[in-house]
Amino acid sequence: MWFRINNTWIVISIGCLLPLFVLLWDIVGDNLGSNPIQAIHIRLGDWSLRFLCLTLAITPLQTMTKWRGMAEYRQMLGMYAFFYATLHVLGYLFVDHAASWNLIAIDIAQSSYIWMGVIAYIIVLLLALTSPKSAKKRLGKNWKKLHRLIYYAAAAAVMHYFWQLKGNMFQPLFYLTIVVFLLGFRVLVWFKNRQLAKLMLPKGRAISLGEGE
Amino acid sequence: MIIKTTKAIPASEITDPLVFQQRRKIVKALIAGALLPNVISSVSANTGPQSRWPLLKNSEYSTDRALLTPPELVKNYTNYYEFSFNKEDSTELAQNLPTDNWRLEVGGEVEKPGHYDLEEILRQHSPREYIYRFRCVEGWSMVIPWVGFPLADLLKQVKPLSGAKFVKFTAVHAPDSMPKQRIDAMLDWPYVEALRIDEAVHPLTILAVGMYGDVLPKQNGAAVRLVVPWKYGFKSIKAVVKIELLRKAPMTTWHGFAPTEYGFYANVNPSVPHPRWSQYSERRLGSGFFTPRRKTELYNGYGEQVAALYGDMDLRHFY
Repeated sequence: MWFRINNTWIVISIGCLLPLFVLLWDIVGDNLGSNPIQAIHIRLGDWSLRFLCLTLAITPLQTMTKWRGMAEYRQMLGMYAFFYATLHVLGYLFVDHAASWNLIAIDIAQSSYIWMGVIAYIIVLLLALTSPKSAKKRLGKNWKKLHRLIYYAAAAAVMHYFWQLKGNMFQPLFYLTIVVFLLGFRVLVWFKNRQLAKLMLPKGRAISLGEGE
Repeated sequence: MIIKTTKAIPASEITDPLVFQQRRKIVKALIAGALLPNVISSVSANTGPQSRWPLLKNSEYSTDRALLTPPELVKNYTNYYEFSFNKEDSTELAQNLPTDNWRLEVGGEVEKPGHYDLEEILRQHSPREYIYRFRCVEGWSMVIPWVGFPLADLLKQVKPLSGAKFVKFTAVHAPDSMPKQRIDAMLDWPYVEALRIDEAVHPLTILAVGMYGDVLPKQNGAAVRLVVPWKYGFKSIKAVVKIELLRKAPMTTWHGFAPTEYGFYANVNPSVPHPRWSQYSERRLGSGFFTPRRKTELYNGYGEQVAALYGDMDLRHFY
């Protein structure tokens, strides 16, 4: 439960909000270079992708360390990914395009890199909306299936990053490596589980390794 | 410091440099120092007293001076991949490039090939100011007061042969001072660009040696760069060392790197999107938050001057 307030919660919250404060500081101090609007896009986009990766890293970390205490912060990190992604979208619509909707419509229609961003954002939005406990209860088994979409969100976000660049691919390659690594880990665990399940219950269903909720 | 005026200054209203210099002497003699900067800046709109070209005649193609992008934005936002893939980093890195005693090699289909000293060229073709819009393929734009002279003037001097159909430009190869050339990163070095001969001799096409009344900063392409204002910025190659007139179109750097994304022509065109992003609008640097992007114009607004070059060519095909 991410709303349970304790010291760790406070420390993590401040940590998660720090990039926003730094950004606001840089905006006020006119410290964002010649194209501050683009700098804001990149900064917010970077942070939403970073929080997505952190969210995805929790389960593998848990599996490796067998320490369950981290699970409740996974939801919190996911919500921060959503938070920065939302600021990123709002920045695009209002700070850059000043809500001139026909320009926005043309820009989106003609820019495939934005489609990737839209896909990523819709997924993250969906996951944020179904994040509360009540939604989780109502969705039952489907909740887990739905929330596996986070991997598609991360992949789309990385594509979104790749496709808006003219050349230098270092940064998106870095995130791509991380996402592939994290996904690879999950696939390995899933595969190992299946092998185990086959050995133990030849005709039964695969047991799942705890997702930690 | 830019003094904003509401209208472009017609060439006829600009004081002759000689008259101005005399006037300056008189002013200097008569008026106390404190008043001097104001007097100068009321005449010369964009330069300090140390500038190399304090006052130049403005090209008839110049756009509105009031739209000038603040110089510090232009000087700190450059795509100079020889130094860095980061626009801010090349500002400092480019200072390592030696640009003194620059020589231009001119060759190929010309009667008078050879190596020409840039200073010597400038003595023969006195520079003027050209206030041009500059549109990058990445979707941002600036308005820059270049100092330069028409490329056509130099080409006339070397006498092109009748077989010359294209002009190829090669940028400096200086791996010692250019980190990305040293590690052979990304593009084929040195950087190469080219124009059709009729594009090259068009009066809008210039070789620039300065901006804002002063010598070109190294990160902006010193000692000499091409400026083709109706094309995306990557055509305006920096730090040119060689100009060749050719019978056939050469392969150019970005076109070779991604032929489906960056065409040979690269004319600014809002209705031909890049495969991955729209070219319909642009962010004019210096415009504030919450101001809408500017609608991009066909040929970057120079259609009246250059549309005839392309007749009924299919601009979607020849992007």
